[in-house]
Formats: sequence, C-alpha cells, structure tokens
Amino acid sequence: MAVLLLAEITNGELSLDATAKAVSASRELGEITVLAVGAECADAASQAAAIENVTKVLCAEDSLYGKRLAEPTSMLIASLAQDYDHIVAPATTDAKNIMPRVAALLDAMVISDVSAVIDHETFERLIYAGNAVQTVKSRDAKKVITFRTSTFDAAGSGGRATVEDIAVSDNPQLSEWVEDKLASSDRPELTSAGIVVSGGRGIGSEENFALVEKLADKLGAAVGASRAAVDSGYAPNDWQVGQTGKVVAPDLYIAIGISGAIQHLAGMKDSKTIVAINKDEEAPIFQVADFGLVADLFQAIPELTDKLD
Amino acid sequence: MKILVPVKRVIDYNVKVRVKGDGTGVDLANVKMSMNPFDEVALEEAIRLKEAEQADEVIAVSIGVQKAQETLRTALALGADRGILVVAADDVHNDIEPLAVARILKAIVDEEQPNLVLAGKQAIDNDMNATGQMLAALLGWSQATFASELSVKDEHAVVTREVDGGLQTIRVKLPTIVTVDLRLNEPRYASLPNIIKAKRKPLEERTAADMNIDVDPRLEILSTTEPATRTAGIRVNSVDELVEKLKETGAL
Ligand SMILES: Cc1cc2nc3c(=O)[nH]c(=O)nc-3n(C[C@H](O)[C@H](O)[C@H](O)COP(=O)(O)OP(=O)(O)OC[C@H]3O[C@@H](n4cnc5c(N)ncnc54)[C@H](O)[C@@H]3O)c2cc1C
Repeated sequence: MAVLLLAEITNGELSLDATAKAVSASRELGEITVLAVGAECADAASQAAAIENVTKVLCAEDSLYGKRLAEPTSMLIASLAQDYDHIVAPATTDAKNIMPRVAALLDAMVISDVSAVIDHETFERLIYAGNAVQTVKSRDAKKVITFRTSTFDAAGSGGRATVEDIAVSDNPQLSEWVEDKLASSDRPELTSAGIVVSGGRGIGSEENFALVEKLADKLGAAVGASRAAVDSGYAPNDWQVGQTGKVVAPDLYIAIGISGAIQHLAGMKDSKTIVAINKDEEAPIFQVADFGLVADLFQAIPELTDKLD
Repeated sequence: MKILVPVKRVIDYNVKVRVKGDGTGVDLANVKMSMNPFDEVALEEAIRLKEAEQADEVIAVSIGVQKAQETLRTALALGADRGILVVAADDVHNDIEPLAVARILKAIVDEEQPNLVLAGKQAIDNDMNATGQMLAALLGWSQATFASELSVKDEHAVVTREVDGGLQTIRVKLPTIVTVDLRLNEPRYASLPNIIKAKRKPLEERTAADMNIDVDPRLEILSTTEPATRTAGIRVNSVDELVEKLKETGAL
C-alpha cells in the first residue's frame, strides 16, 4: 500500500508540526510519499525528507502553486493519484479546502478530520461538535483523508527520503490570489503550543485582551479565543478555538471569561489539564475543568500573571 | 444572476446530542431540528445580494427526508423565491453523504444554470466540510471556501477567506461556489407575514431515485459511540491555590 501525503506549506515554508503529525497518522497505512507544492518548495521538500518514515518527496514547484489555490492543486494531486491507495493531509484550512475537491475528482468520499486509524480502510472521526465518535469503513478504491492533528504525535526526524522534482499540471485559470492578511507573531503556534491561554466574551474589549496576552507571554503560551470574542472584535479570527475554529490539545489550557459552550469545548476538551476562570460558578466550562477558580478575571488575571515570576 | 443555496435540516445547535445506547447513531427522534447555522448565513447573503439588485432569483434546495420541506419553508419565509426538495432518505438517521449531495446538486445546477452557489462551509451534524468543494470539482467550477466577505462584480467574485494564518482574499471566476463561515453576516429572523406568504411560494418535490442518483454511502458506519468524558476536577479558592496546584501536578 502506498500513501501520498500533502505537506502543509505556506509561502514556501513547511509546517513541520502539522506535516509530521500526518506522517505519524499514516504510518500504518503504507509507504509514505510526501508531496510538496508551492511557488518555491525546494527547502520545504528537503525538510520533509528528513521526517522519519517518509520514503520519497515529490516537489512540484511553480508560481501556479504559490498560494495553493484549490483548483490547480487538486488537479495536480488527482493526476498523481493512480500510484497511491491513500491520499492524505493534515486537517488544516488549506487541506480542508483542497482534499474534498480531490476526492470528488477521484469519485471518492473524503474522510475529514480523522482522529484514529483502525486499519487501512477503517477510521474514527468525531461528529456533532465532538459529541459522538463514529467509526467508518471506506468502500472507495482510493481513500482521501484529512487527519486531525491534535490527536497524533509528530513523527521524529532522521529520515533520509529522496527528493524528486515533478512536472506541474495545467492552470485551469479559474481563480487568482489577491492578498493575504496573515498575522506574524513570536508566540508559539496555537495548534502546537504546550500551553494555550484563551479569552472569551468576558474579557470585554480588544484593549482588555492585552491581559490575556500578557499572561500568555509570561507562560510562553499561544493565545486563543472563543467565537464570541472573535465576533466582538476582541481577537483575530485565527485565534478561534472550537468546532469552526482550531482544535487544540495542549498540556495546559486556561479558559478565561469563557462560558464553555459545546462548540468551544469541541476545540479544547482533549487538553491534558484545563483551568477555568469565570465569575459565574454555574458556567459549564467548570464541568470539564481540572481546576476551576470562581473569580472576577480583572482581578485574577493580573494577580496570576504577577505570581508566575 | 441566479443563486442556488443548499440548506440542510440538522439537529438544532442548542440541543444536547445523545448517542444511542446500541451504538447505531445519534438519537434524532423527537428532537428539535433546524436549518444548519452555516446555511442560514449562506441564505442571508443570497437574499442580501437580491435586495441589492445583484441577483434576481434565489433558489433553496434541500436534500434529505420529506420533512426537510419544513427547512425549505423557512428558507422561503426568509426570502428565497422558490424551493426544491429532493427526498433521498426515509429515515432521519440516514445522513446523505456530501458526495451524493454534490451529485444531486450538480444535476440541479445543470438544469437551473445558476451563476453562484452559496453553501455553508460545514454541517453541524457530520462536520464534514466537503459538499461545496465536491460540487465545485464535479462541475469543474472555481471555489472559494470559508468566506467572511463576499462581493460580486461582473464576471468575478472577490472573496475573503478565513484561513489558519488569518485572512486570504481571492478572485474567482463565475459561475462559482462560495462556502460561508459564520462571520460573513448575521442572519435575519422570519417575520410572521413572511412565514404566511411563504406557504404560497413554489416548492417542487422530487426524489433522488427519480433523478437516477445513487445515494448509497461510501463510508459504512460501523459504530457511533460516546466520546471519553471528562469529569469536573476541583475548585480552588484563590490564585495562590491555583498556582500551587498547577505546580504540584506538574502542569506548570
Ligand atoms: C454553528 C456554530 C459554531 C460555533 N463554533 C464555535 C467555535 O468554533 N468556537 C467557539 O468558541 N464558539 C463557537 N460557537 C459559539 C458558541 O455557541 C458560544 O456562543 C461561544 O463559544 C460563547 O463564547 P464565550 O464563552 O466567550 O461567551 P459567553 O457565553 O457570553 O460567556 C462569557 C463568559 O464570561 C464570563 N464573564 C463575564 N465577565 C467576567 C468577569 N469579569 N470575570 C470572569 N468571568 C466573566 C461569564 O460568566 C460567561 O461565562 C459556535 C456556535 C454555532 C451556532
């Protein structure tokens, strides 16, 4: 059995964490070939070649793939599909955009956000915002899968895969990139951080969110947010944790001024230790918290930040 | 411009989901069902485009059990001009997979020739996030997923997408499929007069069988179970106690 794995690459840079997690998820499925796609992807390809268990890396470098638009990227992947039984990727927004399109081109039903591999055709995934676990067996000849990165450990390094340049496919000329507004930050990435500090509507304003950020920086943590905090403009969209945002499972998750709606829990309830700080002792977040503090966050957060010296 | 909006009937997002004890699925008998929240946003955007005179017709389509008719009536009350119901299942527990839904939608698109399909980015029941992308592939159309801003000009749509790193804006050629995220707009409520008026709007009904579309699932569901539950831990009485506990347990 052979696996083609779409590496997560943004503007030429490999997301090693997401890619290596998809590699470890695919380990039991067969020999792994990584596909690196981008306007520049030679560096990303050689970095991917060093991931343990990767046998080969294919590098498709062309300006056409610079922003990995769904139409040309899915065409390329579909054109390579005949040599593989599984076509997989980490479940990033990029892959969620591309992989269902690939699946439909191959007349297969995509298996999204897989959280466990049972065997080469049987997989577990969460449905209903994480309220149920479904085990599904695919009848398709080719399995197209995205893996929920928060449930897999990253594969190690030390691999020595060969890198091969491949021909690019045509430009379907259906879409073009206009601009990116990507935040750059020195903080760890939300989906790979060991500690995440998240703020909700209770924070009250964009200015007050600085309290959350200060605590996060003290802990070397990533910053997250509830949907209400993002919708209210306190935090940018890429901080959202939950059913429609990112799924995280850090060692420590600190939820501040977040009530604990099921859609938020869907994105964080697999965290190892959960701390909740909320002034409402009835808030549902306390039902999943290992340590709950009923307090006014405007007192508790500065105090906590101070006491971590 | 004609806009097609697929709307799915799903468990209401406020209802507590219960997994059936025999492992066959989630209990949907006698629970409140509503329009998928993402589809409400898609429909709202279509109606706004019509109100701005950028579109002349909004067609809502629902695929599922007969009762999805109620979801279409809601869509008509909100402002869709007509509805198409495709009955593809007898039992509400029988979820039609995105690939089959996309094939049914493709047949409808071939007939209706819309310039824009506005769909929700995911359904809150199966959380697949796939139908729009699959339909785009089957039609050979452009796609713009996870939209939080949309404008349509001449032969193009300009769409801002919510992506992992922030926001990305792309320009796609029409006809196109846009899948929407929740921040695109805030959907309206249906007024009573509009609910009454909706009863007279056209609602066509057909079946997947009549359309000759096979809806057999590709993914056989072996079991549906409860996820591991967390139990509530302890309450701490002060920040000092919190810090102490976190250090004690090695979390800090
Ligand atoms: C389809 C769908 C998808 C969704 N996806 C997501 C998602 O991905 N992520 C997500 O987070 N939500 C999501 N939601 C929204 C979700 O249902 C909730 O509305 C949201 O999570 C609430 O955010 P919140 O907890 O910040 O706000 P609220 O529920 O308003 O809670 C605010 C909390 O702050 C506390 N508080 C207020 N002031 C203070 C203070 N001074 N000190 C201490 N505590 C204080 C309050 O007691 C309250 O518990 C989704 C909803 C739908 C319908």
